[in-house]
Amino acid sequence: MIELVASTPCQGLLPLEHGPFTLTELTPGSLTALAPFSGQDAALSRALDAAFGLSLPDVGAATAGGSARVIWFGRGQYLLIGPAPVADLANVAAVTDQSDAWAVVRLSGEGADEVLARLVPVDMRPAVFGEGAAIRTYLGHMTVSIARDDDAKGPGYRIMAFRSMAGTLVHEIETAMAAVAARL
Amino acid sequence: MRIEGKGRIDRSTWYGFTFDGVHYEGHPGDTVASALLAHDVRMVGRSFKYHRPRGILTAGSAEPNALVTVGSGAHASPNERATMVELTPGLQVTSQNRWPSLGFDVLSVNDLAAPFFGAGFYYKTFMWPKAFWEKVYEPAIRRAAGLGALSGVTDPEECEKGFRFCDVLVIGAGPAGLMAAKLAAEAGADVILADEGTEPGGQLTAEVEEIDGMAAHEWAAKLWAELGAMPNVRLMLRTTVTGAYDQGTYGALERLRGHATGHGPRECFWRIAAKRAVLAAGSLERPVAFRDNDRPGIMTAGAVRAYLNRWGVSPGRNVTVFANNDDAHRTARDLVMAGVKVNAVLDARHDAPKSDDFAVIRGAQVCGSHGRKGLDGITYRTASGETTIMTDCLAVSGGWNPTVHLTCHMGGRPVWRDDILAFVPKPGAIPGMVTAGACNGAFSTAACLAEGVAAAKQAVEDLGLTAPDVTLPEAGTEAGGIFPLWAVPGKGRAWLDFQNDVTVKDVKQAATENYQSVEHMKRYTTQGMATDQGKMSSVAALAILADATGRGIPETGTTTFRPPFSPISIGALGAGSKGSGFAPQRYTTSHAATVARNAPMIEAGLWYRPSYFPQAGETTWRQSCDREVGYVRNAVGISDVTTLGKIDIQGPDAAELLDIVYTGLFSTLKVGKVRYGLMLREDGFVMDDGTTARLGENHYVMTTTTAAAGQVMAHLDFVTQVLRPDLDVSVISVTEQWAQFAVAGPKSRPLLEDLLETTLTAEDWPFMSCGPVTVGGVTGRLFRISFSGEQGWEIAVPARYGASLFDALVARAEAMGGGLYGMEALNVLRIEKGFLTHAELHGRTTAFDLGMGRMISAKKDCIGKVMAAREGLVDPGRAQLVGLKPVGEVQQLVSGAHLFREGAKIEPENDQGYVTSVCYSPTLGHSIGLAFLERGPRRYGEKIRMIDRTKGLETLCEVVNPVFFDPEGARARD
Amino acid sequence: MRIPCPICGPRDSREFTYRGAALDRPAPDAGADAWEDYVHLRDNPAGPTLDLWYHHAGCASWLKVSRNTVTHEITGAVLAGAEDKA
Repeated sequence: MIELVASTPCQGLLPLEHGPFTLTELTPGSLTALAPFSGQDAALSRALDAAFGLSLPDVGAATAGGSARVIWFGRGQYLLIGPAPVADLANVAAVTDQSDAWAVVRLSGEGADEVLARLVPVDMRPAVFGEGAAIRTYLGHMTVSIARDDDAKGPGYRIMAFRSMAGTLVHEIETAMAAVAARL
Repeated sequence: MRIEGKGRIDRSTWYGFTFDGVHYEGHPGDTVASALLAHDVRMVGRSFKYHRPRGILTAGSAEPNALVTVGSGAHASPNERATMVELTPGLQVTSQNRWPSLGFDVLSVNDLAAPFFGAGFYYKTFMWPKAFWEKVYEPAIRRAAGLGALSGVTDPEECEKGFRFCDVLVIGAGPAGLMAAKLAAEAGADVILADEGTEPGGQLTAEVEEIDGMAAHEWAAKLWAELGAMPNVRLMLRTTVTGAYDQGTYGALERLRGHATGHGPRECFWRIAAKRAVLAAGSLERPVAFRDNDRPGIMTAGAVRAYLNRWGVSPGRNVTVFANNDDAHRTARDLVMAGVKVNAVLDARHDAPKSDDFAVIRGAQVCGSHGRKGLDGITYRTASGETTIMTDCLAVSGGWNPTVHLTCHMGGRPVWRDDILAFVPKPGAIPGMVTAGACNGAFSTAACLAEGVAAAKQAVEDLGLTAPDVTLPEAGTEAGGIFPLWAVPGKGRAWLDFQNDVTVKDVKQAATENYQSVEHMKRYTTQGMATDQGKMSSVAALAILADATGRGIPETGTTTFRPPFSPISIGALGAGSKGSGFAPQRYTTSHAATVARNAPMIEAGLWYRPSYFPQAGETTWRQSCDREVGYVRNAVGISDVTTLGKIDIQGPDAAELLDIVYTGLFSTLKVGKVRYGLMLREDGFVMDDGTTARLGENHYVMTTTTAAAGQVMAHLDFVTQVLRPDLDVSVISVTEQWAQFAVAGPKSRPLLEDLLETTLTAEDWPFMSCGPVTVGGVTGRLFRISFSGEQGWEIAVPARYGASLFDALVARAEAMGGGLYGMEALNVLRIEKGFLTHAELHGRTTAFDLGMGRMISAKKDCIGKVMAAREGLVDPGRAQLVGLKPVGEVQQLVSGAHLFREGAKIEPENDQGYVTSVCYSPTLGHSIGLAFLERGPRRYGEKIRMIDRTKGLETLCEVVNPVFFDPEGARARD
Repeated sequence: MRIPCPICGPRDSREFTYRGAALDRPAPDAGADAWEDYVHLRDNPAGPTLDLWYHHAGCASWLKVSRNTVTHEITGAVLAGAEDKA
């Protein structure tokens, strides 16, 4: 039998460091788009709660529990990150596998919001783009999802762009990392 | 010369630099202008039109004269203002607009020919012969008139851009701006304070005065530091706010080089979104026009003061002041205090204040200057006659113009104030912006401080914040009396616009020739059209125009100030968008393997796709292409088709949505089947085509063309959100999720059976069927569709396995006598079959034109159906799709060529249609083409002339069925 | 220019694409004049307009944006079609 070998979107491109900034690739497991059918938002939230102990997030926000999280992903659309979806979800929502559609990277380091200020036309300062925030916007010329993704070391940003644009994503962020680092 | 004990720069450190190859030394904190003046270098350039010697006029961003080239080779940056360029070690500075040298300039003969070059000379002098304009006059004028030159090579330096956000943007860090920032910050607002200078204080950096008992510049530095310590304040020095735009958006250029170490970006162009703004941009001193007032050594009085107080440089050893206001007397006072000789203050006012420290000559007007390449004397006129005195520096002040420019960027016109003889901003000209301080006509330091507080109070209260009580510091209240004096009457040329060489006489001439509107005068004389936008000259020019036309200044009005406030390099505006930053590059999962096979890549939208796969021994693309076509027709070919748009459509109303957007019926499509669909725009023309597969009762996957994927997605969102929000359906792009490959050719079935380890019988997998398959344990999707006319399949797997599956497919195909085919072969294969791409679906063709009129289902409405039925769109006389094959000696076909009847004259009235796609068909052994021809389908067999006038080509063709190969379609169904 | 997306909040105009006047699609049998109006004829008002914008780089909503062509003021934005869904 043929054996198919998996590769990640940013394979060979990451990790990278410039000054205090680090860019790494994340492989968070399954990515599942959930679009509740008409009037089924509450039912979807209940189904998520039953399966993963998570509720549907508000617009521009994320909910997390254990290794699972759900981020707001656009009008009437959410992205379940981590576990594979349970079958129940398909009763109340359009369920679409997007696990291979997105390059997922994490930008961190003191002042990482200054890197994003070169690329993103939305205020990404930690005080404004608070914990649990998850938006859709531009990064350079690419449409992306950006979510706060903190760890013990401080604020971080989880950035998702189309898989096919992984090279450009890394290039753009790296250029901005270097430019900001040069000023420090 | 440097003055001991004056200035606030680090005199213990020396920076060497060159000007026109001559070595000089300066200090950290110097500008190129201050460092040159310290060495008594007065002449720094030649003027734009007359090539007259020019010196430094100002100490700031409005400088019209001292434009220089900084750096050399690829790093050369032309037209930099010497007053803004910070001195760095080893800086190379070069003068401009002179040849062979600054001191001896051949084209200074223009100055002698000046009578021919007055206002409107272009329009009068170079009228005939007509042909001379393009070949002779214009190149000559462009060579003679001009500024610095670009290096001619790619700029190796990078710029960056960025986005900032705040509650209150304070523009200018002078006394008004500092107080505004302080109040807004203490109110809890998120504040950005931007200033174009290299240190805070604005005009305070140039003055000897006190605020709260300390030196004003120290007060500014202290407050600046306090603000910088607040977490809600961002301080931005070297940042010029260049434009005010809609909804509180501001452009700002931050200069990063000059103080940096030479690495990192040169400039950053910021877009700042501010809920409120306080404009505290200060004011600009204006000169007075008099005969030969452009000689190096003549500068504004405030600039002389700034060079002395801030940089410890006196621009002259024997200085004369000429003014119509009190403020300029400070220049004399400061010079005398510093031990510099001051001849006199020549004050045009008969009631000017007297001084114990220097002579004041009342009622005096300077009416001429002397010297060759720099000032050595002036002549002034009083009631008792004319007097000539020796002087090497004349400090001139005609009063101050509030820096109103940003308030005009959204169409607001400034308002004239007779009491200060200046234009002030129209209140509310920019929504959300309040003006304060000198830019608002408040000229005393105390008034600036108070207005800054008041403006910020208004801004924060608008935002729902509470303004704290702020104690106003103690400061000077003198604002300086003024008396109108724009130009000293007399013979000779008196300069208004130094950068564009416009004189008082030019403005008067414009009025005489009936260019009486200020906008007409501007264009006729070019006053205010240089890179400084007439900052030093506009008000004086319109005052003279007002006088010449017998109107008042308010009735004459101003010209329009537009962004940017000061020049921005294109590199900064386009930061990040050159080279690979120009647009995202979309790579398929087979990209690396494809590039490794030396395939030339072509751009398809943002995607990169292989043109063809060259093999050893092949010298032209045609050889590769023909071979690849042969793979598909005779064996099996593999092609990455991931780039086609793929959209999952799910929900109870999925079928109904498809019936609305496609001309055909999709609700009747059976699960496991695929159908070709045509999508119209609402005006009845074709938008896109593609196949849609029904994966489940409520689940379809639609494919779009590569080019239209984004457009179709937006269209589906429009239909589901706006036209039919009642539908319960979800659409989501899955283009990125699936790597998809075409497997086409007579040997495609055995290849896939081997790969999938299953049988794909014609009964289970007929043409236009689809279903899930397992590839090496991975669940994929298999579609039996064909864009080549051969038995064809497309297999999709999750993208992480794309590269791996690609390799497996190619290895199998090559083992079976086939292999990869690129876009060229793909195009040949589809033209042979008369299949369409956006060469045919180009936005002006209908289903009728494509021979697909019957695809518009009569059973339902769909987008575009009503308008597609318009008489004109179903007129049999319309150009419709046909095939062409050459039948004469000339065999070449060209897309874009037009079609004419035999014997018809080649003129537009006889145009019968046009060619859209052509190729050489290796299958048929001759060229073929697709075309749109009037009444085409009824003209099979007719001869038609293909004419390409750009190539001088004529090919006689026969009109044929557009399906050249296998018209019955048996091969695809096999 | 910034557009107040009802879902995402105020965003830079680069995130949006403009479509044109916000008009109601006529019924299929509304007649040639009504369709001509819908597809081709546009007012060009100096003053308030109601236009369709697509927040393609944000939530992917179609919006009806009220804008004044003289002052450039944007007086509001609502989800297009939402009024029918309620």
